[in-house]
Amino acid sequence: MTTFQILEGSRAIALTIKNIAPAVISAYPITPQTHIVEDLAKFKSDGQVDYEYIRAESEFAAASIVLGASATGVRVYSATSSQGLLLMTEVIYNIAGMRLPIVMTCANRAVSAPINIWNDQQDVMTIRDAGWILLFAENHQEAVNQHVMAYKLAEQLQLPVMVNVDGFILTHSYEPVIIPDTKLIKKYLPNYKPNAEQYLNTENPITLGALVTPMHYMEIRQELHNDLISSLKTIDQEYKNFQKIFNNKIQNTQTNNGLIEYTGPKNASTILVAMGSVIGTIKDTIDKLPNCNNVGILKIKCFRPFPEKEILQILKSAKYIAVLDKSISLGQMGCLASDIKAICQNKIQAKIQSFIVGLGGKDITEKIIREIIKEVGNKNNRTLFINL
Amino acid sequence: MLQIRIHGRGGQGVVTAAELITIAAFIDGKQSQAFPSFGVERTGAPVESYVRIDDKPIKTHEQIYQPDILIIQDSTLLNNPSLTNGINSKTKIIINTTKNKTDLKLKLPKSNIYTIDATKIAMEILGKNIVNTVILGAMSKFTGLISLDSLKKAIREKFSDKNEELIIKNIKAIEKAYHKNF
Repeated sequence: MTTFQILEGSRAIALTIKNIAPAVISAYPITPQTHIVEDLAKFKSDGQVDYEYIRAESEFAAASIVLGASATGVRVYSATSSQGLLLMTEVIYNIAGMRLPIVMTCANRAVSAPINIWNDQQDVMTIRDAGWILLFAENHQEAVNQHVMAYKLAEQLQLPVMVNVDGFILTHSYEPVIIPDTKLIKKYLPNYKPNAEQYLNTENPITLGALVTPMHYMEIRQELHNDLISSLKTIDQEYKNFQKIFNNKIQNTQTNNGLIEYTGPKNASTILVAMGSVIGTIKDTIDKLPNCNNVGILKIKCFRPFPEKEILQILKSAKYIAVLDKSISLGQMGCLASDIKAICQNKIQAKIQSFIVGLGGKDITEKIIREIIKEVGNKNNRTLFINL
Repeated sequence: MLQIRIHGRGGQGVVTAAELITIAAFIDGKQSQAFPSFGVERTGAPVESYVRIDDKPIKTHEQIYQPDILIIQDSTLLNNPSLTNGINSKTKIIINTTKNKTDLKLKLPKSNIYTIDATKIAMEILGKNIVNTVILGAMSKFTGLISLDSLKKAIREKFSDKNEELIIKNIKAIEKAYHKNF
């Protein structure tokens, strides 16, 4: 069945994972990710699924369990948030270094202290440099689709993928969404069959994560970097393949591809750049503006690897670029803002300003978006916290 | 676009109420969205939830500051004047209270206010002060926004993992509120 249903975001993700049919799921509940793993545990206890469900004693253990399970050559899944992701950090780096095709959901939430259970995107920024593909969803449908694509990418590229969904705003909200059924998913995502040299097998022994001396370490890190960079092409291609299977037509691949999405006029003088659920609010705000033909919206779907070429293509003729971050590299600026500035160096003349919004669940309102559009047109180029 | 804001206390089913409206509106063929604004998730603490209903897909994820319909599940919350923030002369309010609407100090035409002793109905039928389904019966009647039939279907869908007795009781609560004279 592929009809619209109205579902809580967490349930939509859980149902999608159920249809993707991993062999092992391990997690430790943490707000706001809890509903996802609760649903997955319930499917198991109701006898609807075949996966092993292991409730670990901590997130460190949960990540280690999926690492171990993945190393035996099966499809795995985990989900977490905030402090949970921070506790996993060491394992997260290992997963990427061992080239294990693990898919995880991060229900994005603020990081302590002060303790706060609400949404921002600071948590994922702590593992930004770990070597994972990082996708961000705007709404339920995009979250569902990205999870299916995540497995296709991970297993094909031998790279882990994290799908980021804004905690509460997406995990706890109800929206109409289509959950692709098992048959449709199978058409796109074949059963996982790793090659012999990719997993632990007594008949064909290998070592994962072995000690590497200075002679080879750098080479291996460079290879991981190069593979991430060249995965941009695959991420884009797999998005297009996905849309084909699900019968969605893409009008313009420059403004709608696997890496970014652009909404707005061709030569907008002001462009707002952001990731995740805030994009919907920006779209709505700009639709209502009297002179909306001046403002464009650039949504970053894939934050790592960073789609430099696709972003520059959109930003090249803008005069004012406002980057909205729900995270900050404290003492510097918004994490997305500094990446945008880095790729624009010597290529774009526009003013690029970092705006920090929505930390710790602070609602991002139309008023805030309008304020940012006004502010970016001013001379001042400081990092601004917009907290109206 | 039509916007609804629901106020109540933790444990009264404020979040479920928003979800039920959203499911019912969806059954009626509309686009809809529901989401909570959790506080500290403690029983008795003030809780808000939001619903949007439209003919076209809903993109925004902003909270609701200018409700077309305001539902107040616990009248003690009215002591906080910010509760009615953002209402205008067209906003319809549904309040769970034993008071008559002429005794309420609200700056709204009386025809926009609907009061119901939902606690009494909830205690009578459900045996608990969970008033959300009762209030939704009243809302369906007062605003005509969602049909009684879709609301019943929404309860069946949302409570599909609950026992049949609870489902029947909640449907009874909705019907009782719907058929009450006002």
